[in-house]
Amino acid sequence: MKVSVIIDGQMVQIEQGAPIIDAAKKAGIFIPTLCYHEALKPYGSCCLCIVEVIQDGQRRLVTSCNFPAAVGMEIFTNTARVRQSRRMIVELLLVRCPDVPLLQTMAKQMGTGLSRFKTREANECILCGLCVRFCEEVVGVGAIGLANRGVDREVATPFKMASDVCIGCGSCTYICPTGCIKMVSDRKTPNLRSLKMGNCSLVPCPNSYQCETCQIEQEFFKDIKRVIAEFRSKGQ
Amino acid sequence: MDIEKVDRILEEHEYRHSAIIGIMQDVQDIENYLPEETLRYISDKLELNLTKIFDVATFYKAFSLVPRGRHTIKVCCGTACHLAGAARNLDQVERTLHIKAEETTDDRMFSIETVNCLGACALAPVVVVDEDYYDAVKPGKIEKILSYYRSESER
Repeated sequence: MKVSVIIDGQMVQIEQGAPIIDAAKKAGIFIPTLCYHEALKPYGSCCLCIVEVIQDGQRRLVTSCNFPAAVGMEIFTNTARVRQSRRMIVELLLVRCPDVPLLQTMAKQMGTGLSRFKTREANECILCGLCVRFCEEVVGVGAIGLANRGVDREVATPFKMASDVCIGCGSCTYICPTGCIKMVSDRKTPNLRSLKMGNCSLVPCPNSYQCETCQIEQEFFKDIKRVIAEFRSKGQ
Repeated sequence: MDIEKVDRILEEHEYRHSAIIGIMQDVQDIENYLPEETLRYISDKLELNLTKIFDVATFYKAFSLVPRGRHTIKVCCGTACHLAGAARNLDQVERTLHIKAEETTDDRMFSIETVNCLGACALAPVVVVDEDYYDAVKPGKIEKILSYYRSESER
């Protein structure tokens, strides 16, 4: 069912329950985000996409990437309150990751910078969870996940050991908004596809891409065929 | 850990993904910690990603991925206990067992934990061994309490 919402004075029709950010896109309004990606389920961890919503006479801040649109909703994406909250969020992210260019430019655009808070330990990960979700939802592997909690929360492989399921696709390095996961070829351990956060050691093909005669590739295909066969037999 | 035991736990929870915390609690009740191979086995059986299980296992402080002692000594370091001298008690426990807080003795008999309030402030300073509460503990009492558990496990 379609519902109409008012976003910054524009009337927009979107599916009921679709996130508000879709309406903003339709209306051509830019909302800054760090953890939102069209290919993935909304997660709402960076909170940069907050907007002000008036619903049933209540005025409040919500994350637009995962807040469902409903009838009679009025949305403001650029009020003073929204701007101030975003500024604060960027400032706090910048305290965590002072060396990330993306955050620096964002902070500059919003008129803030490195200031009152002390940097505890420079880090480049903002815990947006994009790499984790991409690995699980799109690649379908789930080699990395989030671990621990609070200030110790981090992206890690199970038991913090070299992953035995990582296929070395490099999606995590591609999708990372701050560039904290890097592809590094490790000459000491050839033929080993291992993943270390912050130092992702993945090796170029040892058989100069001769896939037809490659042992690794053949075994991979065998595995795939077996999985497909199993899946089909289950379905019947 | 025995695979049969794990299977029984999984069956009790009907192989539900949502029961992962309950499953891990049951495993920890038996083993006192979460062995890596058991978690891998659970991940296999539930068809739940190991990263998710690791996430939950590291999120909650109640779960431990390293072996724990048979008896857990919880020294309360909350406000009331702190004022009543919990730090001295903790020192004494650490000195007696030759380990630091959050560690386990080599014979895997005792683990020391610090907690930040057990809701028993009237009994401050409180030390809890397994399920037994000891109130108004003084450093001099520690040896006596620990020797009780030592002799109990010899019996």
